[in-house]
Amino acid sequence: MSLGGLLDGPPAVVAAGVDVFSGALRAQGTEVTDVDWRPPGIGDPADLAALALDPRRAAANRTAVERVLAAGAVLTDVRPAGEVLGLEGRLLLHSGPPLTWEAASGPMRGALLGACLFEGWAATVEEAEALLASGGVTLDPCHHHSAVGPMAGVTSPSMWAWCLEDPVNGGRAYCNLNEGLGKVLRMGAFGEEVLTRLAWMRDVLGPLLARAVRSMAEPLDVKAVLAQMLQMGDEGHNRNRAGSLMTLRELSPALVALDAPSDDVAAALRFIGGNEHFFLNLGMPAAKLAMDAARDVPGSTMVTVMARNGTEFGVQTAGTGDRWFTGPAQTPVGLFLGDYGPEDANPDIGDSAIMETYGVGGFSMAAAPAIVRFVGGTVPDALATTERMYQLTLAENPAMAIPILGFRGAPTGIDVLAVARTGWLPQINTGMAGRVAGTGQVGAGLVQPPRECFEQALAALAQEARPATAA
Amino acid sequence: MSAPGPGEGVSHVSLRSGVYADSVRLMQVSRDVGARDGVTAVLVAMATPLNVELAEGMGLAPEGAASPDQLLIAVRAVDDDALAAAVTAVDAALSERERSRATADAQPARTIGAGLDGLAPDGAALAIVSVPGQYAALEAADAIAAGRSVLVFSDGVPVEQEVALKRAAHEAGVLVMGPDCGTAIVSGVALGFANVVRPGPVGVVAASGTGAQQVSCLLDAAGVGVSHVIGVGGRDLSEAVGGLATLDALAALDADPGTERVLVVSKPPAPSVAEAVARAAGGLATPVRSAALSPETPDLTAAVEALLADLGREVPRWPSRPGPDGAAPPGAVLKGFYSGGTLADEAMLLAAPVLGDVRSNTPLRPELDLGTDLSAPGHVVVDFGDDALTVGRAHPMIDPTLRLEAIARLAASGEPAVLLLDVVLGYGADADPAASLAPALAAAREKAQLPVVVALVGTEADPQGWSRQADALAAAGAAVFASNAAATRHALDLLGDAR
Repeated sequence: MSLGGLLDGPPAVVAAGVDVFSGALRAQGTEVTDVDWRPPGIGDPADLAALALDPRRAAANRTAVERVLAAGAVLTDVRPAGEVLGLEGRLLLHSGPPLTWEAASGPMRGALLGACLFEGWAATVEEAEALLASGGVTLDPCHHHSAVGPMAGVTSPSMWAWCLEDPVNGGRAYCNLNEGLGKVLRMGAFGEEVLTRLAWMRDVLGPLLARAVRSMAEPLDVKAVLAQMLQMGDEGHNRNRAGSLMTLRELSPALVALDAPSDDVAAALRFIGGNEHFFLNLGMPAAKLAMDAARDVPGSTMVTVMARNGTEFGVQTAGTGDRWFTGPAQTPVGLFLGDYGPEDANPDIGDSAIMETYGVGGFSMAAAPAIVRFVGGTVPDALATTERMYQLTLAENPAMAIPILGFRGAPTGIDVLAVARTGWLPQINTGMAGRVAGTGQVGAGLVQPPRECFEQALAALAQEARPATAA
Repeated sequence: MSAPGPGEGVSHVSLRSGVYADSVRLMQVSRDVGARDGVTAVLVAMATPLNVELAEGMGLAPEGAASPDQLLIAVRAVDDDALAAAVTAVDAALSERERSRATADAQPARTIGAGLDGLAPDGAALAIVSVPGQYAALEAADAIAAGRSVLVFSDGVPVEQEVALKRAAHEAGVLVMGPDCGTAIVSGVALGFANVVRPGPVGVVAASGTGAQQVSCLLDAAGVGVSHVIGVGGRDLSEAVGGLATLDALAALDADPGTERVLVVSKPPAPSVAEAVARAAGGLATPVRSAALSPETPDLTAAVEALLADLGREVPRWPSRPGPDGAAPPGAVLKGFYSGGTLADEAMLLAAPVLGDVRSNTPLRPELDLGTDLSAPGHVVVDFGDDALTVGRAHPMIDPTLRLEAIARLAASGEPAVLLLDVVLGYGADADPAASLAPALAAAREKAQLPVVVALVGTEADPQGWSRQADALAAAGAAVFASNAAATRHALDLLGDAR
């Protein structure tokens, strides 16, 4: 036994704590790295120690993150959400952790109202409001149906859903179609133009995409598109330009070959080409597939879900199954459209933080210098953000290489224990919805989860770890 | 100042062709210009239908047809001056180039795990953890997970965490030195409180820091060097921990080609653990000698001398400086003021058969506990390095204040006494202990008839220099010995002469 080579020669030293001895070591010519240590900002010390000493943890986290890295994502179909997600009766899906109408924020209420009008469950806004307030519509998180939705994430039976499969682990995940920017349902707008667009998507775009996707000889490899995007200035959350154009390139021949009315095909192509976030609703289920592959690994402290419903932020971990750990959603900081300002912004909303959970988005900020000003400034800030996220995560994803960091893999697999110890919270890039129902998008920026999510997750993981540690 | 409502004030709306900036940049310009005094509304954006609609909503619609490749500048301000200044500011902001480099300052590692990630994967490496005890296991576990050994200097680590760490380390084939390990030397690198000793064939496994310093310094004085000094923490040989680190350290030293002999230094171990260690030692190719302090084997110097005999080396005259002539006052008692716990134990074990009971804050038997009265009369040995006396202050090997005060108090008390002290040199210790101690001793000896005996643990190569310190202390009237056992016996002789 060689103690990891300890006795083989003068050791390099990494030191955490009081620095009295580091000087003496340097005087002896020893290479010393001083850790910028600070007391953990989250969690009871005994809980933290119980997790650190849980003999299952290292292997469990390795298993969990390896499943994430191995997962694939191909586009297999486009189908009505009601059919594919089993939405029976008056059931609407929404983003984030579970939510009631009473607790719902402005944009969430706006989107739910719009969905009731769109489905014909109510003829007027007042009727829709009464229906929702009376509990006449069941609300359920997208995440409980293998689905994700950006912003309000409201998904109703007549909307069409992307259907993705993970050929490695066999999972499936779903997401509705992206409506574009500005006044859109997912941002809480429900006016005539919103409903008209949704109707066109239901009647024209959805059926065209369904036929086109089914006609493709090779299914679209969504993971491969995501990987290429990072080489092209996208981070896959707040910037999806390259990904959207690549998707357009892949879908166009199939759409044109459908022998559908040329006006409809032209409108579909124009719609896709004019929406630089079109890919987001493909990227999100791809990330969801990877994170779902890591569900239910006892002893793992890796985060599998980060999602917000406009009121609360929710987190799930691989070691605690379907349990939500929630705290109040924070209001993003960033830049505003037109005359809007910080007072117009709703607290954080959307399942799109699945991108950061997977290691792209804000975690791969370094890949997207074009939008680094959301970080509050400069390219070095973006690089620093990504560098910090490496200390929160379990692995680097070789499939998601970041060119400016020498093609280092994206920081992937958030470790709850690392969040507690570093005092750094995950960095999320996000859109901002107006806080008043019906407003639509007001800006875009950055946000972090509330500490409460990680405090609760830590306590639950520690409680679960204790019997194993004692055994 | 109340902002005018929409429609009030003056406005500027223009469309420019051939100018492009991305939307994020333009939102930033809008925000910066909007923050200027006198500006009430700003939209600087590419003239997409969405943005034109936004401008209309602000009452700042452009005239004529706008196209998405044009830049829309729409500003409202309280007066003409503010408006002109705002439009100028838009131009200035658009022409401003971001001054930045495409490199980030390295992000400091926040954990041992992140720090070890930054090291080259091959090559020896060691983590040192001295964070508050309740967090030490977190950092130590990182090192084990990374396949590296770790020295835990922190005290106050719960014993069950120590056991869990050491079991995990054993599984991973690495070593946890500590908790509460203050002394180690690995391949010549002194870690914590350690002395500059020559390299050589003796490996030391130590559950005692000052004990390890005493034996390595005496070996050095005898011309014999050490390969490694591996600290295992004061609790390692307890029943609860079961010698987990000692057993792994013995195996590692046995496999180390540079180690020909092993010396195990400790306070009295739990009998079952001592047996297990002896059994393991018997199965090694490398001869192992125990220097475990006990009433039967009270003397670290004797253990070193036996080891020298094993090596066929001559036992030297251990370095010393004779004290001034002059006897102890009649009825004198022993006052041992120590900074090293093991050295204090050794002094008590040697003194007890001669003097009878010696009271202490770290007593040999519970009924001899001094409690909080460190200036109690009679034979007393105080360990100023005990945890209870180091709360909120540095160890007495670094900060001598408490002990200097106790010396002054003793001289003023009028109680006849012989004063026995240790002074430990080396890395981590006071850079010049004699500088404060020698004047304090001289002052005390002016007040009272007080013979002083010092155990000076160190080497010539230490930063403080053994001889330099010894000469300064001798000049202040102390008798100085490199061996704590020899110092103690000298003090006992002085006391015997006085009876």
